[in-house]
Amino acid sequence: MRGSRGAAFYWLALLFGLFVVFLYGPMITIILLSFQGPDGGLTFPMNGVSLHWFAKLWEGLGVVDIWAAFRRSLRLGLVVMMLTVVLSLLAGLAFRKRFRGANALFYVVVASLIVPSIVVSLGIALEFRLVDDAVKAAAETFGWTSVSEGYGTAMGLYTSGLGAQLTWTLPFGLLIMFAIFNRFDRRYEEAARDLGATAWQSFAHVVLPIIGPSVIGIGLFGFTLSWDEVARSSQAIGDLNTLPLELRGLTTTVTNPQIYALGTVTTGVSFTVIFVALLLIQALRRRQARHGSDAGKGMA
Amino acid sequence: MPQTETASLPQASELLTAAAPAADARARLLTRQAPAWLQVAPLTAVFVVFFLVPLALTVMVSFWDYNEYEILPAFTVRSYVETFEGCFDRLPDLCVTLKTYLSTIKFCAIVWLVTLVIGFFVAYFLSFHVRSATTQITLFLVCTIPFWTSNIIRTISWIPLLGRNGLFNSTLVKLGVIHEPIEWLIFSDFSVIMSLVHLYTLFMIVPIFNSMMRIDRSLLEAAYDAGASGWQTLWNVVIPLSKPGIVIGSIFVITIVMGDFVTVGVMGGQQIASVGKVINTQMTALQFPPAAANSVILLIAVLFIIWALTRLVDIRKEL
Repeated sequence: MRGSRGAAFYWLALLFGLFVVFLYGPMITIILLSFQGPDGGLTFPMNGVSLHWFAKLWEGLGVVDIWAAFRRSLRLGLVVMMLTVVLSLLAGLAFRKRFRGANALFYVVVASLIVPSIVVSLGIALEFRLVDDAVKAAAETFGWTSVSEGYGTAMGLYTSGLGAQLTWTLPFGLLIMFAIFNRFDRRYEEAARDLGATAWQSFAHVVLPIIGPSVIGIGLFGFTLSWDEVARSSQAIGDLNTLPLELRGLTTTVTNPQIYALGTVTTGVSFTVIFVALLLIQALRRRQARHGSDAGKGMA
Repeated sequence: MPQTETASLPQASELLTAAAPAADARARLLTRQAPAWLQVAPLTAVFVVFFLVPLALTVMVSFWDYNEYEILPAFTVRSYVETFEGCFDRLPDLCVTLKTYLSTIKFCAIVWLVTLVIGFFVAYFLSFHVRSATTQITLFLVCTIPFWTSNIIRTISWIPLLGRNGLFNSTLVKLGVIHEPIEWLIFSDFSVIMSLVHLYTLFMIVPIFNSMMRIDRSLLEAAYDAGASGWQTLWNVVIPLSKPGIVIGSIFVITIVMGDFVTVGVMGGQQIASVGKVINTQMTALQFPPAAANSVILLIAVLFIIWALTRLVDIRKEL
């Protein structure tokens, strides 16, 4: 605050430092151990340094087709990301206007965030099971043989799984939108309107560029939360597992550093996404600074 | 939070149109609100289909009957009776359900306390002791980045450290501090708590940091000028004003830990009971009505805790 730093600062700085070590220490450990030599085990010491376990991982993990799960998670993550961005953005815009039911909807969204994930997941699983039962019963009553023979379940990656993950990512997206628009200066829009912009033009050329960096942030949440999601997907994913769900099963069955290699790869994907998102945010901010205001600079 | 903005606005528009003839007013209201409704429709649909209806169905199915093959849509309280079987006639001996809840609540309380203390001081350091905004953002990001990585990986990454032949044990043995590896470091209450704190302290840091950043710095100057010591300022100014953040963070941590089954499973070596694990096991065994009943009970317990927390804050505010 003022003057020289007191003892409190150094104690707190020490606490913060220890916390960061606590936060990153374990993660760094398994990244290190994934480069374990071919004879190395699950713990230290390192028995040489190699890419052996990555090579083994590349060949697959026994019965589990880990790369199929990897691709599934990647695709699902991208879909969740896009839907989270678009739906949060639309809803964020709606909440700036007055509409009946706004409060109720807000509470539902917050409730979705704090109801235990296992409860949500179970609810979705029950819902789809009841739908399946209903479809089968209907098919039998009305004699739709093709349906009753071919029908398995409505549960799946892009139905129940996608929905389950959206109940987790959308609240974050919407709350970020609220934070954005609480700080948004409406005068920019008014200026655009005064200059004759249509509603769409003022959104596309004024609002979106201003909130762009934060929208990237929503995308970051959407992808990474989906990429790592376990609790809500656990009961609702259907027959084909995502990568984190496979990983959860593998924690007890794989007893060599392959599991760390997989951990390193997963974490690598997360870090790449975070890095790209932060770069994009930086780039957009710089662009804003460049194009922000030409007041007093003459004609641009 | 936008409650204040959105709360008063619908009424205002209703008041405006109340004077006009009813049908006309309704039509105008509809056309005025139509764009907003259209924009919010997809999000609403997601929450209706994947949150509200599932919750309602969970409550419904918890009152259904079942056998080994299927669920039977007939009203019964069998699942609840079975869940609490022997809970009340054999007191003070605890039944399985009560034991499980006690164990879950114990984890919840410890993790809450530890994350609160760590989270509070980390947020306090970031918001009041870090002076440059760039450093502040950087350090804040350092705290948040693990949130965007896998919880499963972050959980299992403790195993090479805490395991029987893990880094801690082997180091301590080598140093001669202990002769036998410590057994309770892994697959124990300790490792579960450690891991939960590791995963969820962030949920405390972010809301508390957010509250603290809104505190008017001149209040601290005033406290200083009035002769308050550092601790007095912390206790009488910073903590009361950070309370919204503390409550939001607490709600996050408590609801997550109450429903957790993944971390307790992996770090407890599948030996420690938790409510979430019970539900998960029943789901795997396709016992849907008891799983639903347990979910309803868990939900009620969580809502009760949240209610108590929010009351705690409101009462303080009124004093």
